[in-house]
Amino acid sequence: MSQSVPPLLAARGLSFTRDERPVFGPLDLDVAAGEALLVRGGNGAGKTTLLRVLAGLLEADGGTVAVSGTPVVRAMRAGTMAYLGHLPGLKADLDAARNLDFLARLQGVRATQDAERALALVGLSTHAHLPVRQMSAGQKKRLSLARLWMSPAPLWLLDEPYANLDLQGIELVNRMVRAQLDDGGAALVTTHGAYAAPPVRTRELLLERGA
Amino acid sequence: MSATPTLWSSAAALVARDLRLLWRRRGDALQPALFAVLVVVLFALALGNEPAMLRAVAPGVLWVAAVLSGLLALDTLFRGDAEDGSLEQWMLSPVPLAWLVLVRTAVHWATTTVPLLVATPLLAELLGLPRGQLPVLLAGLALGTPLLSLLGAVVAALTIGMRRSGILLALLALPLYVPVLVFGAGSVAIAAQGHDPSGGLLLLAAGLVFALVLAPVAAATAIRIALN
Repeated sequence: MSQSVPPLLAARGLSFTRDERPVFGPLDLDVAAGEALLVRGGNGAGKTTLLRVLAGLLEADGGTVAVSGTPVVRAMRAGTMAYLGHLPGLKADLDAARNLDFLARLQGVRATQDAERALALVGLSTHAHLPVRQMSAGQKKRLSLARLWMSPAPLWLLDEPYANLDLQGIELVNRMVRAQLDDGGAALVTTHGAYAAPPVRTRELLLERGA
Repeated sequence: MSATPTLWSSAAALVARDLRLLWRRRGDALQPALFAVLVVVLFALALGNEPAMLRAVAPGVLWVAAVLSGLLALDTLFRGDAEDGSLEQWMLSPVPLAWLVLVRTAVHWATTTVPLLVATPLLAELLGLPRGQLPVLLAGLALGTPLLSLLGAVVAALTIGMRRSGILLALLALPLYVPVLVFGAGSVAIAAQGHDPSGGLLLLAAGLVFALVLAPVAAATAIRIALN
């Protein structure tokens, strides 16, 4: 990557405090297109908080975040970042296809994607009309992955994407991340364990508890 | 399916989703209206042998029933979407959160309060409200209840961070609801005395316009704070 191209995501001096207690930072990080950043750390180290701050769900106490060299404002985040968090954001009373359709219409769809193919990719084709209430935690995670797959955002913020998934599911996440990076995107992936890192150009950020 | 969501496409998607969810839980949907009917019927039974007094308090009773049923429904406005993480996904939409809040509040009003408005002529008849006062009552409710919903949305947004907000929600919303109640019920009382009730109704309309513009922005900010 030449120096003239600004990184897809750049954070400078990013910090976050909760109740006067610093959670992380100040933190500098760069994620270039085609690169994955693995955010590691024990429970309570601030991995989720970091991702939520980057996604704009939490207000940082200091520092700046830039996407492709431009400082982010709220409206811009939506087009550039897709967030997979602990809460799936799925309605239990609706079936998989309806949930996916709503979220896609809310957040936009990549031109080359549609719901059917996304559901097939994550292995939920036969469950398209199953209410989310009757799905297992792993199936809900897979449905969220389908949403991610349809999202037009080049930057993925994945909070514990491997949780609740079986071996095939872990392989699926790795395949999706690889395809996303090949497509010129980037991903931030948090994990508390050492297992299942995506086999791509990966850098690591180790968060430790305390200031 | 369009690639990038616009204001209208996202609103259409949200309305369709909410109506579908409502249909899955159609039993719950009628609860606020049934509650209001219950209040009115109990008043009618309690004061049944004093029709003159019942007629005099009818506008107040109908307004109180509408306010209480609105409070009852308020907790469901954002709670479900906050608990399952939907609000987080709303915040990550390119569409302004305030717009989604406005659409959600409008659908919530239409599904919880409009059934009550439809039932109001019958309930007014039950209480013996003079028919000449019915148009003023309906106009007041049509202007006042969406205003209540918008004010309630701000309060509901503030309390989504709490597990059980029930009575706190009511306590916070009540002071905001009182002026609406006073002007709404007052306009019917003024009409009953033979005066022109348009002053109170115009104030409600002005309040509604203000709330339409400001309440969604305030509620969206409150959601951002509450989800911290």
